[in-house]
Amino acid sequence: MSEAVTAKNYLNHESTIKSWLLTVDHKRIGVMYLISIIVFFTIGSFAAALFRLELMTPDANILQHETYNKLFTMHGVVMIFFFLVPSVPAVLGNFLLPLMLGTKDVAFPRLNLASWYLFMTGGMLALGAVILGGIDTGWTFYTPYSSTYANGNVIMAAFGVFVTGFSSILTGLNFVVTIHKMRAPGLNWFKLPLFVWAQYATSIIMVLGTPVIAITMVLIILERGLGIGIFNPALGGDPVLFQHLFWFYSHPAVYIMILPGFGVISEVIACFSRKRIFGYEFIALSSLAIAFIGFFVWGHHLFVSSQSIYAGMIFSILSFTVGIPTAIKIFNWVATLYGGSIKMTTPMIYALGFIGLFLVGGLTGLYLATLAIDVHLHDTYFVVAHFHYVMVGGMVFAWLCGLHFWWPKMFGVMYNEAAAKVAAITIFIGFNLTFFPQFILGYMGMPRRYHTYPEEWQVLHVLSTAGATVLAFGFTVFFITMFVSLFGKKDAGRNPWQATGLEWTHADSPPDPHNFLEDPKVTIRYAYDYEDESLYAEEGKEG
Amino acid sequence: MNFGFPSFPEAASEYAKQVDWLYAYLNIVTTFFTVGIIIAIIIFSIVFARKSEEDRPKGIHGSVPLEIFWSVIPFLLCLVMFVWGTDLHFQNSKAPADSMEFLVTGKQWMWKVQHPNGKREINDLHVPAGTPVKLTMTSEDVIHSYYIPSMRIKRDTVPGRYTEIWFEAIEPGTHHILCTEFCGTEHSRMIGTLTVMAPADYQEWAGSGAMGDITVASKDDSGPMLSVVEQGKAVFTETGCAVCHIGGGPAQLGPSLEGVFGTEEELIDGTKVLVDEDYIRESILNPAAKIVKGYQPVMPPYVGQIPEEKMMQLIAYIKSLAEESTANEGEI
Amino acid sequence: MSHENTDAPPYQQHFFENMQQQNQATMFGIWLFMAQEILFFGGLFGAYTWYRINYPEAYEAGSSWLDPKLGLLNTVVLIASSLTVVFSVHAARQGRKNGIILWLVATLILGGVFMGIKTVEYGAKYDHSLIPGKIFPENPFNWHGTKEQVEAAGHADHSTGLKYYDKASEGTKGNIKPGAWASDTYVKKTQVAEPKGIQIYYCLYFAMTGMHALHMIIGAGIIIWICILAHRGRFNKEYYPHVEYFGLYWHFVDIVWIFLFPLLYLI
Repeated sequence: MSEAVTAKNYLNHESTIKSWLLTVDHKRIGVMYLISIIVFFTIGSFAAALFRLELMTPDANILQHETYNKLFTMHGVVMIFFFLVPSVPAVLGNFLLPLMLGTKDVAFPRLNLASWYLFMTGGMLALGAVILGGIDTGWTFYTPYSSTYANGNVIMAAFGVFVTGFSSILTGLNFVVTIHKMRAPGLNWFKLPLFVWAQYATSIIMVLGTPVIAITMVLIILERGLGIGIFNPALGGDPVLFQHLFWFYSHPAVYIMILPGFGVISEVIACFSRKRIFGYEFIALSSLAIAFIGFFVWGHHLFVSSQSIYAGMIFSILSFTVGIPTAIKIFNWVATLYGGSIKMTTPMIYALGFIGLFLVGGLTGLYLATLAIDVHLHDTYFVVAHFHYVMVGGMVFAWLCGLHFWWPKMFGVMYNEAAAKVAAITIFIGFNLTFFPQFILGYMGMPRRYHTYPEEWQVLHVLSTAGATVLAFGFTVFFITMFVSLFGKKDAGRNPWQATGLEWTHADSPPDPHNFLEDPKVTIRYAYDYEDESLYAEEGKEG
Repeated sequence: MNFGFPSFPEAASEYAKQVDWLYAYLNIVTTFFTVGIIIAIIIFSIVFARKSEEDRPKGIHGSVPLEIFWSVIPFLLCLVMFVWGTDLHFQNSKAPADSMEFLVTGKQWMWKVQHPNGKREINDLHVPAGTPVKLTMTSEDVIHSYYIPSMRIKRDTVPGRYTEIWFEAIEPGTHHILCTEFCGTEHSRMIGTLTVMAPADYQEWAGSGAMGDITVASKDDSGPMLSVVEQGKAVFTETGCAVCHIGGGPAQLGPSLEGVFGTEEELIDGTKVLVDEDYIRESILNPAAKIVKGYQPVMPPYVGQIPEEKMMQLIAYIKSLAEESTANEGEI
Repeated sequence: MSHENTDAPPYQQHFFENMQQQNQATMFGIWLFMAQEILFFGGLFGAYTWYRINYPEAYEAGSSWLDPKLGLLNTVVLIASSLTVVFSVHAARQGRKNGIILWLVATLILGGVFMGIKTVEYGAKYDHSLIPGKIFPENPFNWHGTKEQVEAAGHADHSTGLKYYDKASEGTKGNIKPGAWASDTYVKKTQVAEPKGIQIYYCLYFAMTGMHALHMIIGAGIIIWICILAHRGRFNKEYYPHVEYFGLYWHFVDIVWIFLFPLLYLI
């Protein structure tokens, strides 16, 4: 096994700064995204830590109103656009797609690098907006507050979102073409890993949905900068039109933020049940169904906005419909466990945690699809709890799951399993303590984006902040565990989990700069062919 | 369940109670599936734990009947949510005809409320129990949202248009009113108290000469309190609307406003339009947009000349104009 | 197969198996890019539709000041430029590098004519005080009636066309530059009510034609770049992707205009 330590791989074959900053290797680009999004995640988390601290007391104690408003805006903008949207696609998708497809790189490697630079430019603009005074509109930029009344660097932040949007579009474009045109011979669509299907559905949304937020940001910039405005009631404009345009992207965006996570979970559940995924075709096609239906439900964010009651009805039934393909996935994953051979590794803990937490998040979405209930719950902490359950309990758990699963492949090292498990369990407990009380707060009427609140709600807020502290501790243990692991011996071996997938069976850990020393031959009978004995042969003897 | 701190809001109207029943159904379905799936995961993880690295479990491709089963059942459960929720929402969308009509204006960062009899409040709202209360709302600047959790109602207040909600409180009590659409620096201070009073107490409170805790200048500070309709009449008079719109015979320059509210007018291009609050507002701010058949486009636009509150009072007055001629009262 | 594919042409990227895969992948990528551009403009068309439904009078009145003849001329110019692009691709297919450059330059010139006509139109908007917003604070938006109304009132020239009264003397003051009427001494003679949403109409006019013009400017930049590449001998009979894909892009920009023209000028 020691030859892996000195073998040439994508990490060590060139080590100048230039070789990283001008790389077109999808694996290096994935690693650069990883570093970038961890930085953004840390920034977004600090903002949350500050305002969670403030929220321990009903009055304003440590922050002024303006500062508080700027902090929650920063938290939302950074976490959504610069952490969640790229988390799995840009890190794991970039790294793994060509490996899973058995090819040397994505279809447009230079475009891939351009995507990273666009992402960083957008991120710098958004951070610049924050540093140069901040914005306080909320990540949703509702007009006419954002276009006419807000004092802050709205134009800079909007432009940052615009630029990052193109990073997303180009990444999605790259992935769609790669999946269509660059599969290894013998790898037909229904043998593809479900991670690839999930990335495919995500990429379609990225390409078709993101341009709408781009043009919406342009309109905000024009209205604020030049006074040319179509959202300004004084000119006859309709502020609610902004909400339609904004949510037309931002609702599909939440599917961008979760579908890749579903892909990760499928891989991990199959591997640590050592069994093929139950209902493969249903899970594959449900991703496409979610992507498609997801474009038609945006109006459920506008139930109380003065939107027509009949439009509300249509958006309500469609919102219920989009939940069904998701439910199908959950049932199929649990069915995969049945009769399997289950090993409780760290990725498996995260995957099972995902199922429970995402289930709560998804089911509470049904409350918000129900018209009469949403009228009460809209813009309250219930919504905050709902989306944190799906985005953190869901997507962040899936991202952590994926990182732990593919860590040995990416860096050739194994992390300390005990420490990683401690982190996982701490994060799970901290997360629930932070966000479950918020469901209760929400039904009681605690509005979102409130700095001060009626004092009878304090106990629940204290519980929530306590949870946030536990969560922060858990993440710290996670970061340290992974960081320390990078200094360990690079002896993870090609396939430490004995998983199916070309990235495990045919590529080294870490992979060669060109991915495969020999072009892979696809011998599996079907995806997740865990009964194939060649999978369990000793290293170096795979066919 | 009492935890020593509040964990469930009061249901202060019959509608709120019905919403809570639907909430209970949602909670039951959610709990059932969450607990069920979690138990299944735990049991499977234990029963099917890996016993040796040589394990090669038999893969199961899938089962179409099972897929159909666990698609259809959840969908039917969701259909119940949809129908129930939509039905409740529709039922609650139209205020009863005998509602007391209040005017609410959202403004950074306060709520300005006006009672039918003219009494004003800032942030707070006093209403009688057992009477349907309808709030006609707008905003002077950005989008706000008027939220009364114990009534389970909420609606955005949008600049440039009117939105409505209504509720009927069962009994006296106090409740929160909260702005629920982020509107700037003092968004979390844009809160107030809904005080529901016994009808007799409300009469006393509202009828009293005290103007509440505000000093909004009204037309006649020293005199008796004027109702919304009376204040609207004052705006009507001082703006000179009667000159063209009341009892002028065949030479009348504008369509008569007596009894016009709620009827249909025919425009010069042949289309018909319903005379509602939005139509009247538009006809005042931008009269050339819709010209009634038989009249010339000579009315000047009043955009920028009538503040939102006065606009609402004016509209309330026009609504109140009876069929019979009020020419004498209308002369300036 | 090893990494070095010695019989691959020099312009084949190493991660593609063969030129066919590379060409197919690139073409697919360009079409996906077009798809997202459709969604990008789609937001603007969506806003246009929303306000058209709500403010039909404003659209009717606003479009009266757009000259359909200039719009038609622009349409013809753009269609001609798409034709020159086709000729350029044809030249590329025949390996004629000078042909590529010639026809691309012709496209550039036609694009320039389009932009010139647009500049004339934008200038007319300035003269008629129809530019909303705060770009020209000395010439604020000032609705003074539809073109027919202004001409009927006897003012055929292209300035504001309105007569003003000096409040003091009550005599006409003749035509006065926009902005001046906002002072206290002059009163607009004809009180023309603004159709609701007329400023929105012009906001959309400038946003949509402006975004289209921006895409044309980007296209012009790409033309120059491709001409440089062609001059350096980058292309041959089998390999001219830049020309082909630019053709697609330019056709797309043309098609956007073909939608804009009737929506703004004709209906």
